Amino acid sequence: MTHGGNGHDYPTPPPASERRVLGHAVTRIEDRPLVTGRGRYAGDINFPHQLHMRVVRSPKAHGRIISVDASVALKMPGVVAVWTNDDIADLSPIDFRADKNATGIREFRQPALAKTYVRYIGDPVAAVFADDPYVAEDAAEHVALAIEELPVVMSASDPPGEFEPGRSSEAIVLHHSFGDIEAAFKNAHAVVEIDVQTGRHSGVPMETRGAIGVYDAAKDLLELHGAAKIPHRNRETLCRMLKRSPSSLHVHESHVGGGFGIRGELYPEDLLVLVAAMRFKRPVKWIEDRREHLMCANQGREQRHLARIAVDKNGHILGIEDEIFHDQGAYIRTHGVNVPNRTMCMMTGAYKVPAYRAKARVRLTNKTPAATYRAPGRYESTFVRSRLMDAVAAKLGLDPVEVRRRNLITADELPYVIAFNEPGIEELEFDSGDYPALLDKALKAFGWDKLQAVMKRRRAAGELVGAGVAIFMEESGRGPSDNARIKVDPDGDVELITGGASLGQGFETSMAQICAEALGVDYQRVRVIHGQTDLIDHGIGAHAARATVLTGGAVHVTATMVREKAIEFAAELLQTPAADLDIVDGMVMRRGAKDGGPSISLGDIAKRVAPGSKLLRGRDPQLAAHGWYNTDHTVFPYGVHLAVVRVDRDTGKVAVERFMVAYDVGRAVNPLLIEGQLVGGCVQGLGGALSEEFVYDESGEPLSATFADYLMPTLHEVPDVEVLLTEDAPSPRHPLGLKGAGEGGINGAGGVIASAIDDALQMPGAITRLPVTPQRIRELLRRRATA
Amino acid sequence: MERARAAPAPEKIRRASAWTDKKETMKPASFRYHAPKTLDEAVAVLAEVAPDDGRVLAGGQSLVPIMAFRLAKPTHLVDINGIKELAQIKVDGGKLRIGACVRHAAFYEPVCDGPLGRLLATVVRSIAHHPIRTRGTFCGSVAHADPASEWCAVVATLDGEMVAQSQRGERIIPAKDYFAGIMTTTLQEDELLTEVRLPMPAPDTRVGFQEFSRRAGDFALSMAVTIYRLEGGKIADPRVGIGGAEPRARRIAEAEAALRGKQPGADVFNAAGEAAAAAIDPLEDIHTGAEYRRDLVRAMTRRALDSAA
Ligand SMILES: Cc1cc2nc3c(=O)[nH]c(=O)nc-3n(C[C@H](O)[C@H](O)[C@H](O)COP(=O)(O)OP(=O)(O)OC[C@H]3O[C@@H](n4cnc5c(N)ncnc54)[C@H](O)[C@@H]3O)c2cc1C
Repeated sequence: MTHGGNGHDYPTPPPASERRVLGHAVTRIEDRPLVTGRGRYAGDINFPHQLHMRVVRSPKAHGRIISVDASVALKMPGVVAVWTNDDIADLSPIDFRADKNATGIREFRQPALAKTYVRYIGDPVAAVFADDPYVAEDAAEHVALAIEELPVVMSASDPPGEFEPGRSSEAIVLHHSFGDIEAAFKNAHAVVEIDVQTGRHSGVPMETRGAIGVYDAAKDLLELHGAAKIPHRNRETLCRMLKRSPSSLHVHESHVGGGFGIRGELYPEDLLVLVAAMRFKRPVKWIEDRREHLMCANQGREQRHLARIAVDKNGHILGIEDEIFHDQGAYIRTHGVNVPNRTMCMMTGAYKVPAYRAKARVRLTNKTPAATYRAPGRYESTFVRSRLMDAVAAKLGLDPVEVRRRNLITADELPYVIAFNEPGIEELEFDSGDYPALLDKALKAFGWDKLQAVMKRRRAAGELVGAGVAIFMEESGRGPSDNARIKVDPDGDVELITGGASLGQGFETSMAQICAEALGVDYQRVRVIHGQTDLIDHGIGAHAARATVLTGGAVHVTATMVREKAIEFAAELLQTPAADLDIVDGMVMRRGAKDGGPSISLGDIAKRVAPGSKLLRGRDPQLAAHGWYNTDHTVFPYGVHLAVVRVDRDTGKVAVERFMVAYDVGRAVNPLLIEGQLVGGCVQGLGGALSEEFVYDESGEPLSATFADYLMPTLHEVPDVEVLLTEDAPSPRHPLGLKGAGEGGINGAGGVIASAIDDALQMPGAITRLPVTPQRIRELLRRRATA
Repeated sequence: MERARAAPAPEKIRRASAWTDKKETMKPASFRYHAPKTLDEAVAVLAEVAPDDGRVLAGGQSLVPIMAFRLAKPTHLVDINGIKELAQIKVDGGKLRIGACVRHAAFYEPVCDGPLGRLLATVVRSIAHHPIRTRGTFCGSVAHADPASEWCAVVATLDGEMVAQSQRGERIIPAKDYFAGIMTTTLQEDELLTEVRLPMPAPDTRVGFQEFSRRAGDFALSMAVTIYRLEGGKIADPRVGIGGAEPRARRIAEAEAALRGKQPGADVFNAAGEAAAAAIDPLEDIHTGAEYRRDLVRAMTRRALDSAA
């Protein structure tokens, strides 16, 4: 039953021009319900007799719970119960998804309801259950909390405080290193040091979180609806926490209004609706409001880096050293310490760095917990690396683009392996690419040289304009496995069941294209199912740019199996050697035959191989297959971002005049969808670079709890993003050459904007902190004026 | 606390959520909804409910969001949208009279000839976004008195008048006595702002407006309304109004003095900008320190003067 790769190299896949549907910019098959108002999001899911939950949240950033008085709330008509931690005392804190990271950090997990201490404003303290969502909300306002305030830690750069009595808020210190760092700095021609930070930033999907727990006592079956991103992996965690077997707990995804890494993780509310559904024997629904979302859903990115770089006299890197202060927020959530690890692991990017040493101090603060957000660790590390490269250029008087080019890993050096000293840290093996070639293509497409002249003229006329380049590595398609089931119906329609997930990225269309290409059918006849643990037992979900690569691999493998089966039977039925047959538009026919030759439709074959058919002669019935794609490799796409900015010297406002994302995706399944991913990511990246920030006051009060305060860029603030999508380096590790595309639009946006603003101000190294707000620019200009 | 939903609903008092299909609950805290059809009726209901935190509902573009966050929990809403006489806008006795139900979007095209119509048509483009402008009202902005309200800045600069109606009678409040601080005015809680009156400047008046906001449609961090005429090539009757920078919009005498009698030009406009920046007592918050606010006032004043036509 199992096919698929396990590490060997595949032949170079054909380009789109030699394919029927794979690689083509076909339109999406999933849009009809979405654009006609028939989408079914978490809020649209209802069950008879359901209860509604409202969470009572801590108004204090740090404190000891003295009492929770629900007596008034409990008397309100329609209120069924009010829970505190005492009611779920046997429930473990929210567990990590992957246990391997867990040593030494389990104590920092978040309970579903705060036990003795509250640790951020928004921390769930009690849950109200009522017949109606707004009765629950009214009642929640009447749950009285008495909290004794404790001192807060609001910055990871500040000295650590106490997570709880006797336990430091510095949870763990992580290390990544390779090469001889001491020698690198000893032999350096020059060393530059920077102190830079990325701001607190997160994905803010249009759809807030939602969870509906349903318990079917007759079948002893527990269901979670409204799930997203990683239904199968969440089921594993839930089973572990609730001590249920996988076949007695199912997770169901419906339409999802955006994910970005933060939606679809397990949160306290997911656990609460499940436990409540079992306890009350009624479905329990919870829908997050926007304010809750901005205070409680995962945030990310907030890091400070004290980094230094050693170079020789030509600007070649000898070594990089970095100390990271990672602001983890109040608890360590499902990802464990994945983000600081990814930050350290991807720090050196596409450059040859002989020696490297990084240390990440993972520190708890009294803010919303932090976790992964689109390109976790990469947006941050590309920013730091870009700042380092610009600092080197300034120090040595070299052109910033030239310094970058000199240090790039070249095509003949691939595959390029980065192995870390520390045991247990996965090595990176860059599979394929030509990084300098993409840089050159991007500069050319952007008109870089001409641009320099134009900017010079504009500067002479008094404008503050500048441009920048950021180069980055992405990682995608990390294994180990995914699987798919395909069945051809007697009318020729195809059902494709995957363990993938759709966050709106075009998953259905991409999978249908891969399936249709291998099987020889119209992609619009493929019904793609995802995110249902009861229909397929394993699934990788949609995260870390995995879906297209892994699930796509599994779909390709499985569709090929169905194809072989169809051709095997068709050969018998048409009395033609299998090798001469092809499948075109759902018809099996002689290869290259025009009209008239013998043919049979896939639907007819499906009918002919129904159970009991004489044709079978011992073979399994149905035109169907279940296949696996296994890999122990990650594939590495790469990209270049270029930007031109203009700074208003009076107000400090930055206008992004141009932005280009150049990205090599190996092989594109659908260039249209990839472009959408890249542009969408880019806009989020610009938000983090220029305006979006979760700000807290010194007492821990979140100041960005509305969309008037958390400033996402709008149509007015972003330019038409230019996309240069290349397919120069298909991955040899993937049967279709695919690499992921979910994060290439955001990765370099912080880095490139910082470089471009430096250039506009003609102040190398000026930008040390994201987002670059107008006020911060004015401060820089003022400092320059008085200096 | 007695809750509205427990009380029986008298005929003219509809439940807030009568339009939802089954449950009479909603995201904001419960309130009673009143929909008077005449001004007299409205003033009577307001007199009755005002002491009990009853409020006027105009376009709802400020009130409804804060109710949805439950930051405001009025127990009664008096919806004035059904009162036809309040939807009027007219020029009368040298003044533009803007009724309480006139929406922002009404100003896209000049509502009157001359500089005032032009100014209002410029300013409206900086208020929020189109859908909000089709509901939010001029008078609602002036009643709400957000420090960064563009209309408040216009009213303050032009020394407009507010017409307040209550069962106690009608009162005309000049701008200088009207704005009291951040979202506070001297309007009494039982008073309905029925109209704002703006004087029509002379036809040769030059009007300019500039504001700075982080994104298009956001509340501004600072704005300037500048108005002047030329007499023999010199600036006459200058007015400089600053909004968004202090708790309330107001005219800045120091900036006006820097303009009066001078020939328009970069130096003079810079001087006015400097004077305005120095004169204000800036609002400060985590995103906008005092110095930065002064930077913006300086720039907006100068640019508004530059743009005045
Ligand atoms: C996203 C967004 C962006 C915005 N940006 C801006 C902006 O840039 N600039 C700006 O100025 N505004 C902005 N607004 C606010 C908008 O202009 C509102 O329409 C305006 O502030 C209030 O007018 P309203 O008619 O909607 O009043 P409502 O919201 O109905 O009422 C506001 C307050 O005024 C009182 N009130 C209203 N009318 C009267 C009256 N006739 N008599 C007595 N009291 C009354 C109400 O009781 C309430 O307390 C924005 C709003 C949103 C949602």
